[in-house]
Amino acid sequence: MKPAPFAYHRPSTVAEAAQLLAATQGKILAGGQSLIPIMSMRLASPAALVDLNHVPGLAAIDVTSTAVHIGALTRHAALEANDAAYLANPLLRRALRHVAHATIRNRGTTVGSIVHADPAAEMPAVLRLLGGIVEAVSSERGHRSIDSADFFVGPLESALQPDEVAVAATFPHPPGGSGSSWAEISRRHGDYGLVGVGSLVVLDEGRRITSASVCLISVGGTPVLVDVTDASSGTTYDAVDWTAALELVDAAIDPESDIHATAAYRRQLARVLTGRALAQATADAIARVAA
Amino acid sequence: MTTKMFGQRVPRVEDPRLLSGQGRYLDDLGHDALEVAFVRSPHAHARIVDVDVSAALDVEGLVAIYTYDDLDGRTTEPLPLLIPHPALTHGRTPYALAKDEVNHVGEAIAMVVASDRYVAEDVVGLIQVEYELLPAVVGIERSRDGGDLVHADVPGNVAATMVQEVGDAATMIAAAGHRATLSLSIERSASMPMEGKGVLARWDPDDESLLMHTSTQTSTSVRQAVAAKLSLPVDRVEVVTPDVGGGFGVKIVHPWPEEILVPWAALRLGQPVKWVEDRREHFVSSAHERGQLHEVEFGYDDDGHLRGLSVRFWHDNGAYTPYGLIVPIITSTQLLGPYKPGAYRVEFQSLYTNTVIVTPYRGAGRPQGCFVMERVMDAIAADLGLDRTVVRERNFIQPEEMPFDHGLIFQDGRPLIYDSGDFPASLAKLKALVGWDDFESYRSAARAEGRQVGIGVACYVEGTGVGPYEGGHLRIETDGSVVVSTGLTTQGQGHQTMLAQIVADELGVSMDRIRVTTGDTRRFKYAVGTFASRTAVMSGSAVALTARKVRAKALRIAANALEASVDDLEIVDGHVQVKGSPGSQIDLGAVAVLSNPLRYAFDAGATRATQFAAPADPSVPPVPENDQPGLEGTDYYSPLRSTFANGMHAVVVETDPETAEIKILRYCVVHDCGTVINPMIVEGQVHGGVAQGVGGALYERMEYDAAGQLLNASYMDFLMPYASEVPHIEIDHLETPSPLNPLGVKGAGEAGVIPGSAAIAAAIEDAEGFAIAAMPISPSELFELRRRHAGR
Amino acid sequence: MTTASDPASAEALHDVTLTVNGVFQQLRVPARRLLSDALRHDLRLTGTHVGCEHGVCGACTVLIEGRPTRSCLVFAVSADGASITTVEGCLEPDGTLGDVQQAFQDCHALQCGFCTPGFITTITAYLEDHPNPTEDEAREAIGGNLCRCTGYQNIVAAVVRAAEIRRERTAT
Repeated sequence: MKPAPFAYHRPSTVAEAAQLLAATQGKILAGGQSLIPIMSMRLASPAALVDLNHVPGLAAIDVTSTAVHIGALTRHAALEANDAAYLANPLLRRALRHVAHATIRNRGTTVGSIVHADPAAEMPAVLRLLGGIVEAVSSERGHRSIDSADFFVGPLESALQPDEVAVAATFPHPPGGSGSSWAEISRRHGDYGLVGVGSLVVLDEGRRITSASVCLISVGGTPVLVDVTDASSGTTYDAVDWTAALELVDAAIDPESDIHATAAYRRQLARVLTGRALAQATADAIARVAA
Repeated sequence: MTTKMFGQRVPRVEDPRLLSGQGRYLDDLGHDALEVAFVRSPHAHARIVDVDVSAALDVEGLVAIYTYDDLDGRTTEPLPLLIPHPALTHGRTPYALAKDEVNHVGEAIAMVVASDRYVAEDVVGLIQVEYELLPAVVGIERSRDGGDLVHADVPGNVAATMVQEVGDAATMIAAAGHRATLSLSIERSASMPMEGKGVLARWDPDDESLLMHTSTQTSTSVRQAVAAKLSLPVDRVEVVTPDVGGGFGVKIVHPWPEEILVPWAALRLGQPVKWVEDRREHFVSSAHERGQLHEVEFGYDDDGHLRGLSVRFWHDNGAYTPYGLIVPIITSTQLLGPYKPGAYRVEFQSLYTNTVIVTPYRGAGRPQGCFVMERVMDAIAADLGLDRTVVRERNFIQPEEMPFDHGLIFQDGRPLIYDSGDFPASLAKLKALVGWDDFESYRSAARAEGRQVGIGVACYVEGTGVGPYEGGHLRIETDGSVVVSTGLTTQGQGHQTMLAQIVADELGVSMDRIRVTTGDTRRFKYAVGTFASRTAVMSGSAVALTARKVRAKALRIAANALEASVDDLEIVDGHVQVKGSPGSQIDLGAVAVLSNPLRYAFDAGATRATQFAAPADPSVPPVPENDQPGLEGTDYYSPLRSTFANGMHAVVVETDPETAEIKILRYCVVHDCGTVINPMIVEGQVHGGVAQGVGGALYERMEYDAAGQLLNASYMDFLMPYASEVPHIEIDHLETPSPLNPLGVKGAGEAGVIPGSAAIAAAIEDAEGFAIAAMPISPSELFELRRRHAGR
Repeated sequence: MTTASDPASAEALHDVTLTVNGVFQQLRVPARRLLSDALRHDLRLTGTHVGCEHGVCGACTVLIEGRPTRSCLVFAVSADGASITTVEGCLEPDGTLGDVQQAFQDCHALQCGFCTPGFITTITAYLEDHPNPTEDEAREAIGGNLCRCTGYQNIVAAVVRAAEIRRERTAT
């Protein structure tokens, strides 16, 4: 299990990286935690790798008044540990704790995970739930922002073009009065989730639910965002009945059977975890309002 | 007095080396060797039409590509069938490189030797093999129906059919007041040591000798096999087992194709050659175990006494049978556990499939047998409304019935006679440990919280320390240090520590003066191997006997030097002294000097043994008749038959009513391995076994599709438990010494894994209220079972 | 970054400098050389073991800039300039067993020893941030490393014991 040979390029600027990527038709190497195993198994043998690890400035975490901005080299662990990001948007840390094991998070990058677009991965779903953005640069067409709604195209397939370098991602802060949660069940601790559910619930001043949404992983080819506001809106937090929300989720997902779980079991988990995630997010909203 | 070491929690002497990164595992050796990778079949069953290497020949760093046609002499023959058996009428073994047919994904077709592994894999990718696909036979049902054949000359895919019977089971079952049947299955898992296999071979053309390192559980037998296959005189071949990163059974199989091919290539190329198995290779070209289907029929009386038991089972042996029928024979005999079955009939068929070979994995057929027998006990209890432990107690062999002869032939070809054990006492300890009698109140309290819990128990007996023999060599050096060797190998069980403890007590020397070597044929040439929980029993006894022999010689020489009677001497802390008169003493180093009459003095100490040093009796030669120079000895231990350890596990689980997640809340073990040499090591063995039992019950399985592709050949998808999946384990010991060996020990290595699936299935069944007949079980499967039962 | 061509190979070689266990090291390796192989076979620091080569088992875990990282999931060339600690670097300066290593012996937390280096490095780093872990925290801390021998129970105990030893050693 050794990778095939490849040409190695080490740019020192994003522009150089984009240029090299276009010229070599290679792949970007950032954390490498998904790429290197598939190269070692020779399931992927890119002719060239463009290593971002020596480009300065890409590891920043910027927490502004509206969003958490991260760079292409922001490691999962750094984002998870960042208190400002947690205060502004606790969902990031909550979901990151389910991303593989801590050792993988030390090297793996959040942007890389998003770009990898694994339908079982957490951070693509978080980006989608929050309506985030991926920033991409190509040497030919320059910079563009890709909305998360357009970014995830299929399993392991994103809207990123082969010559584009994903240089950053933006996670907008959830609105005031909101709460969030991440619920997931995996076979072993640290494995990809059999099903995972991120949830965002927004309350108004009367503690009525004004919006509620969930984003699920491992139940379709891309993260499945379901707006369940209609199933609950106007109800106060303590009177809410999520049953209709569960039906909306059930209708929206299309899980498959694999060696770890049947489709029916995944549907069951989707229902149970959606219920749990919405309840936790609601409780979180209450707690944050109280705080 | 020297502190007694036997029975103490002595820290391991192996550890400082292993902890500081100074271990030497196979791939830590031979950095400059050429490296090997294999072209392996991507198909489960196919004829090889053509192997085209032309595209690969220009790769820089390529040294050689070999296919079957390049082999010569006895390397062209099929690999040995290691354990023939009269019932194995259709045994088949593979060729070192596939000749014209491949029978499982992963079977080696071509060997590439290159400057390093990276390059070797590049070459592998460029070799084109043309196949003609044949139907793949996957799974026991598919094999059993016999529609397609794995081997064209093996009708019905049946390698063997074997029957053993004691009494007339059919009649006894028919006459019993109650009768029932069960269909039970267990799926494949694998040993899966953290280090895969590996071979390094160096041919010395000047010495015309081969030095081979291999990550094996038997170096002596690999030596014999390699010498035979390469047509080398045995004394020109030495096999050394370096540090081994776990075995658990898979490394007892030998010679693996690579163990023949790597030295063959080294000899041919005149350069060191190394192959290190990678994880993917390990999944598809090593060995698996456990896959069996069982049909059970039994009769019992109103009190729950088993009157007759009839078991038919089908064993999936994979593509070949190099290890014979050991696994199904063990299932068929050890299934009985601590119970008297009344009459017993067992029949099994060993079936070929187009999958990886099946050979012993820790427990070796016992987990399946235990699962069957314990399901029977639980079924009787459920039917009669009896406490599950009561039914077990009623069927136990009683301590006063020892030795107990089951009237069957065990895996060593010798009678199945239990030598020791007190099953009622063990169960009483277990019930106390887990709080069996209080469980219903715990269940009620949990239920009130909306939680669903269950408890299960499972008992086993394990034949350990099977023969034929092991040996030991021990020498006291002139510096007083003690050098010990035994031929069998070590894969992490702390053998060096355990054997040093035995020697320390026998000889009266401190642990730090003792060095133990295992698995090095340069040091000890006669041995069998490490398997069947046999090292403490076999090599422990052999080394103890050897130490006694050397001690006797030391006392004899010292008595002469001290002008005292042997009976008045003792050895304390490396010194032979007259009892009660410690002033009159001689250290063992000096005794070693005196044991070797010298002409030449090489240092001051040696002077004592030279010919003019002291007046000698001119009427006897310097080395008396029937004596030898040196303070050393060799001895062997060969038992009449196996010794039988036993144990009982109780498990408390919680199953989530919504998600069907299965959580182990408590895992309790009572373990009887006779006298314990090092409780710390024994507990470690139990912990590790239980973890593999939990893995086999809840996480691990080999997922083959109908075409014979192993779908989960990676650690991503073959779910070995992490720390987060293994419960805290509570252990109590019962010591009933074995009367069969000088130490009273019984094996401990495999024990922990045996009752895992049985006990966990019982606990889930207790929590859920419906029968569990197949293991392992995942949350998804439990969910589907619930749906099926709810739909009824 | 200088790049050379090995006369015997079409593959480009890259100069890489690493500080391994405090020692400055220079290597010349192909781009595809995994850090695990570079440590083991180029620098002959064979204490770092390779168990799966796909980042799941954790046996190859080393500390890069103090952080536990799978060395089989890093190309050596990409780690250029990094400071790395392997199990060999977890010894005390006088060559005696480090706190985690000593705890492993005390608690019988290893059997075959193959997975052990990955645990030692992981725990060494963990204790920097968590000087007094509970048993549950200890179990979580080792949750990304596979061991096939021990059942983890004694490793959990060793994490707690290592913290004790570290406190004792820093107190004296």
